[in-house]
Amino acid sequence: MTPAISVAGLSRRYRGQLALDNVSFDIGSGSITGLLGRNGAGKTTLLRIIAGHEFASAGSVRVLGARPVENDHVLRQMVFVREDQAYPDFRVGKAVQAASWFYPNWSHERAGALLEEFRLPLNRKIKKLSRGMRSALGIVIGLAARAEITLFDEPYAGLDPVARQIFYDWLLADYAEHPRTVLLSTHLIDEAAGLLERVMVIDRGQIVLNSGTDELRGGATSVSGPAIAVAEFTSGRPVWNRRRVAAQESAVVAGALDEADRARAAALHLHLEPLTLQQLVVHAVGSPEPPARERTSA
Amino acid sequence: MREMAGLDEGAPLFVQVAERLADEIADGTLPEGERVPSTNELAAYYRINPATAAKGIAMLTDDTLLEKRRGIGMFVAAGARTRLLAERRKRFAERYVQPLVAEAGRLGIDADELVTLIRESSHGQGGTRP
Repeated sequence: MTPAISVAGLSRRYRGQLALDNVSFDIGSGSITGLLGRNGAGKTTLLRIIAGHEFASAGSVRVLGARPVENDHVLRQMVFVREDQAYPDFRVGKAVQAASWFYPNWSHERAGALLEEFRLPLNRKIKKLSRGMRSALGIVIGLAARAEITLFDEPYAGLDPVARQIFYDWLLADYAEHPRTVLLSTHLIDEAAGLLERVMVIDRGQIVLNSGTDELRGGATSVSGPAIAVAEFTSGRPVWNRRRVAAQESAVVAGALDEADRARAAALHLHLEPLTLQQLVVHAVGSPEPPARERTSA
Repeated sequence: MREMAGLDEGAPLFVQVAERLADEIADGTLPEGERVPSTNELAAYYRINPATAAKGIAMLTDDTLLEKRRGIGMFVAAGARTRLLAERRKRFAERYVQPLVAEAGRLGIDADELVTLIRESSHGQGGTRP
């Protein structure tokens, strides 16, 4: 089957700066993928190129099997919701109407329900909306479009936690009824963790982690307790990171633990705590993990 | 951390979803022949991806604890509870008794004292003696 999004050898250079460096991946259709990474890591550039808003310096991007740039057929099946999206000088109702004309799978019913849920005033000029309300409008359009390819780039600037929860719940509900390919870039990893089937972590223009969340979960554990016991438990295991105060130590052990490991930890009076997805991603990006592998681009 | 109805980060989410359902089958909350929640219902409740919920269901289907009835949904299979309980009895010593005895040893509680404690606790919970 053709992947929904296929990126091969993609690079993007801005005046000598490499924003994307030989990026390759495929995303299958009908999935929710998290695109994670620090500010300036290349997330927005990657999404803009997938959305056909920007050209690649090298490499190729295929969306639904075709090049997205100026391809009307592909663009109508793709919605791209950006952080701080700019709109023409419209009122809310007009912007929603314009979007409904463009997207063939548009759901008026879903749009209406979401506008109400986010309490967006249809008559208000978009310029007069607060930052959070503008984000909410982007989310309404992004979800109601029911586009086969749905790209969200940090869609919740200014949104309060209640509104973010509305976004997650409606994304999930609408996705369950109408599966599609969702790529969501976010900093709020733990908030979105349950939604994501895969995570891709981008750092300094390169994909440093591309994995199913099921494989990641439980992939590292924080072990803490008396330093002697921690030393005994961790000996011979890959350790990412150690912290120590007086005779207490906390170490992060890579790799899954089995029942025997747990029994042994209990016998040593050690406290085990699995790393959250967010902590795992932080390690992927910034930790001095396998010391053997050196970073060349610093 | 987003609330996922009690699921945690320690194990793959689909495994935890399967364990929750298995618990309900074992304690009789989900009797044999009963329809289990659909993938989308589970996804909405736990706030997880529907594909993850589907993997949890598939795990129980592979163990033949659930069966599919075409067009209606997934149901608890006949004999599921009995098989589940037999399996859990086998794991009981390893998962509960051994750690209990180990901790008792550390605290200097001998076997007789431990048995007495278990009897008392069992009475307190209205448990029955064989």
